Amino acid sequence: MGQTIAEKIIARAAGQSFVTPGDVVTCDVDLAMIHDSGGPRRVKPVMDRLGVDVWDASKIVLVSDHFTPCTDSESAEILKLTREWASEQKIVNFYDQKGICHVVTPERGHLHPGMFAVGGDSHSPTGGAFGSYMFGVGATDMLGILITGRTWIKVPETICIKWSGEFEIGVAAKDMALKMCASLGMDGGGYQSIVYCGDTIENLDMMERMTLCNMAAELGAQTGLIEPDKKTAEYVKLAGGDPGNWQEIKSDPDANYKVTHKFDALDLAPQVAVPHSPANSMAVGDVDREAIDQFYIGACTGAKFNDLKMAASVLKGHKVATGKRLTIAPASSRVLSEATKKGIIEILLESGAGLLPPGCGACAGYGVGVLAEDEVCLASTARNFQGRMGAGSSRVYLASPYTVAASAIKGHISDPREMLL
Amino acid sequence: MIGRVWKFGDDINTDILAPGSYIKLPLIELAAHCLESVHPNFSVSVVEGDIIVAGKNFGMGSSREQAVQVLKALGVAAVVAASFGGIFYRNAFNLGLPAIVSQDIDQIQADHNIELDLKLGRIFNISTGQDLIGDAVPENLLTLIESGGLVPYLEKELG
Repeated sequence: MGQTIAEKIIARAAGQSFVTPGDVVTCDVDLAMIHDSGGPRRVKPVMDRLGVDVWDASKIVLVSDHFTPCTDSESAEILKLTREWASEQKIVNFYDQKGICHVVTPERGHLHPGMFAVGGDSHSPTGGAFGSYMFGVGATDMLGILITGRTWIKVPETICIKWSGEFEIGVAAKDMALKMCASLGMDGGGYQSIVYCGDTIENLDMMERMTLCNMAAELGAQTGLIEPDKKTAEYVKLAGGDPGNWQEIKSDPDANYKVTHKFDALDLAPQVAVPHSPANSMAVGDVDREAIDQFYIGACTGAKFNDLKMAASVLKGHKVATGKRLTIAPASSRVLSEATKKGIIEILLESGAGLLPPGCGACAGYGVGVLAEDEVCLASTARNFQGRMGAGSSRVYLASPYTVAASAIKGHISDPREMLL
Repeated sequence: MIGRVWKFGDDINTDILAPGSYIKLPLIELAAHCLESVHPNFSVSVVEGDIIVAGKNFGMGSSREQAVQVLKALGVAAVVAASFGGIFYRNAFNLGLPAIVSQDIDQIQADHNIELDLKLGRIFNISTGQDLIGDAVPENLLTLIESGGLVPYLEKELG
């Protein structure tokens, strides 16, 4: 019996020639990614008490993103503690206010195909876009990893999700992700691993693949992976990493999948998730034209370079509707820099958008740009749970950057395809 | 372990358990907002030893451990659910909160008293006299519960 890409990576990390779904194995961790919220402030007190240091500083990436820029003295203290811990533990790969961990880590060359990587954040499956087995854990799980360099895993079954066909202009990976949330549900992944495949996936660029893998979290999967190809290798090389023997990181032809789900991109309409779940996704035309207060393009899911480019392609030559606000928080400082060089930021600002510094921003309700009571937001983020982006009575709709941009011009939820004709 | 039941539906997410807008507050203040959007009086009415019984995908969403810590701080002794968000499930055992998967949750109602056997995955509904079935807790996770969580376990291991 052959093995899937997921099983192969886990087996290698566990020091075994193969693994069987359901086995509980202990794996060596190749990379531990942590951020300011679940990282130093949570692990330092315990590590100090135990009198231990990190197992290998070179295998740790620390990113301050949730509380940046600090908005009050509490968040300032959290960032201060993060910097002090980085210096104490000699963490070389420390990125302070450089953007969101899921985007900064690959763009700085820390991820490569075949890695067994763990992140202290639920959107860590984003790393699966690079052919890494990467999943999210809580702070205590991460503490164990930081001290020992190891963690346990119950070998998941692998779910194959196959996409065929080419989608229309104005449709994006975000729409694919929302469509899957509606079809499979937020527990459709059952904490198994997902492998995305098919010609639609092969044609996606790396950032679109990241969006897809990122939202494996919303499908309740442990991770979502895409087999590495030339695009993956090229991205990793450009980022200063080593793609290694990427051709070998793939499923065997006779690998066993728990189930295969098939989707067609040809007739995929832009999707909108209505409050309060990504699983409440439907075609944009089926959503009521509720008045929106804030249009938000941000987060690891929806503010990478290609996301800003999508928004600019719609907004060019248009203005945000009177009385509405479009808020944009680029996913990283490199994204901001590239988008500035390519004239994208100018288009966004000309349209009337307000720009926030790179970081998690309003997405998790920790940072800047949050919502007041009863406000309604249309966001390019991943999650619209009640109260997530601010006040408890606020409501969040989710969509692609195309749809958010088109809707910002109209002032209500609108189909971007009409604007891109 | 015997406790009185609080019953919740499907998809209780980490923002319902530990809302992001209160995340910087000290744990006990954050705990005051635990589950308030689905049960406004939960945090003041729950007592030490109570057990939460819920539908599918309990604890889905964020990796934030506060979702487990607030339940512990409020005295919740265990959670039984049709399924759990994967990260929440790991966090629960790491922090010493037992979590049992059971497809028999429809046989348990609010205010019932139930008894849990983690090792066998057995649930006895004292109020109805019914024996119910859950999944046995894997051995590596039982070890964590017996140690009181991953930190006490590591302390012991590191000598």
